[in-house]
Amino acid sequence: MTLKTFGLDQFGFLVFSLQWTILLTVIALVGGGLLGFAVALARTAHLKPVRIAAATYIQVIQGIPVLMILFLSYYGLSLAGFELPPLCAAGASMTIYASGYLAEIWRGCIQAVPKQQWEASESLAMTRLQQYRYVILPQAMRISLPPTVGFAVQVVKNTSITSIIGFVELARAGQLINNATFQPFRVFLAVAVLYFVVCYPLSQLSRLLERRLHAGSSR
Amino acid sequence: MPEVVVENVHKSFGALEVLKGVSLSVGRGEVFALIGRSGSGKSTLLRCMNGLEKINAGRIEIAGHALGGDARALRKLRTDVGIVFQSYNLFPHLTVGENIMLAPRIVKDVAKAKARDVAREVLQLVGLSEKFDSYPDQLSGGQQQRVAIARSLAMRPKVMLFDEVTSALDPELTEEVLTVMENLARDGMTMILVTHEMGFARRVATQTIFMHKGKIWEQGPSAALFADPQTPELRQFVKSDVK
Repeated sequence: MTLKTFGLDQFGFLVFSLQWTILLTVIALVGGGLLGFAVALARTAHLKPVRIAAATYIQVIQGIPVLMILFLSYYGLSLAGFELPPLCAAGASMTIYASGYLAEIWRGCIQAVPKQQWEASESLAMTRLQQYRYVILPQAMRISLPPTVGFAVQVVKNTSITSIIGFVELARAGQLINNATFQPFRVFLAVAVLYFVVCYPLSQLSRLLERRLHAGSSR
Repeated sequence: MPEVVVENVHKSFGALEVLKGVSLSVGRGEVFALIGRSGSGKSTLLRCMNGLEKINAGRIEIAGHALGGDARALRKLRTDVGIVFQSYNLFPHLTVGENIMLAPRIVKDVAKAKARDVAREVLQLVGLSEKFDSYPDQLSGGQQQRVAIARSLAMRPKVMLFDEVTSALDPELTEEVLTVMENLARDGMTMILVTHEMGFARRVATQTIFMHKGKIWEQGPSAALFADPQTPELRQFVKSDVK
């Protein structure tokens, strides 16, 4: 077997694989966002059992490595008779992982809205649902933008873990090319640059949002 | 038939008993001032009246509603009872107009055009017609508090509660808020206010209640109460206020 060298074709393959990284990130953020939002609401609910259940969920998800969630959903489920394709297993695992963190971030944001806002809206005879919809969540959403975008950066990088179950995203593509070219320095530098190109604008956006929010204080 | 009846109300926070059997009765169009040192239970009493605090014993009836029913009954009561807080508590993400229109729109299902008319009307009442499209953080404290009053008025309450509404304001801003409240009183609104403004209580309140250690220590027509305090505690309190 002749060794190839790291050229334009190989770089093209990396860029192509970056799409899978991005797709996985989007799945994780959308799925994890929906699930995490529900858990965040449950975490701030009136009923104590609901709060405890949500808190337990968050603790469990945050307390185990993503890798274990990934193994469980890929190898575990296939043993149990459910053969998930790598994209599904990866998407589901990243969704669960993101939901645990987003729920906790957003719980903090909901609770950061001053308790007087609850009292004022309650005194105007609003139902709890109306309080959330018109008063609390719009304010919590503003507070949540910087940390949420910041967390998205983590998700982009952490999708690399799905390479372990053979899902060919950016990191896995890098490994494959390195195996064929044996030019690890060039290959992984290129991989790193591609991650950076995606993450840097996101973290800049997060910082910008944070500054905006402080400048406009309450609004 | 009094608009507000409070009967032998007890309230504790944990082991601390804050209200130790308070009774009072406010007639329609009357203005009651609650005065007393901090910790005397006056704010707690006010907050019990619209269900922000749950009472442990006793009975409260306000604007024809009895406290202690389910959530729906409590909301019904709150459509008839407005409250204004020390810290204004306007919704910072909404304009002044939106702040005022929100509850009538979603709680009372008032049509948008009608809600807008009401908002303009109550804003005019507090002298802030030109601030309809401003955001709360563009207003002074006094203006924000007047908007908070307008927001309450837009619900067409039968009783208004004021919880130390000028305590966070400079003297000059205090004046503009008190003027609005005085006009309300003159227009016949039933009002209960917790206040440190003795001059205002004396001038505007029909009755003043001096609270001490969780009880009504002394009560009477404002002028008489301030001119001739019966208890040493009130005498001391009135004297310390003059400074």
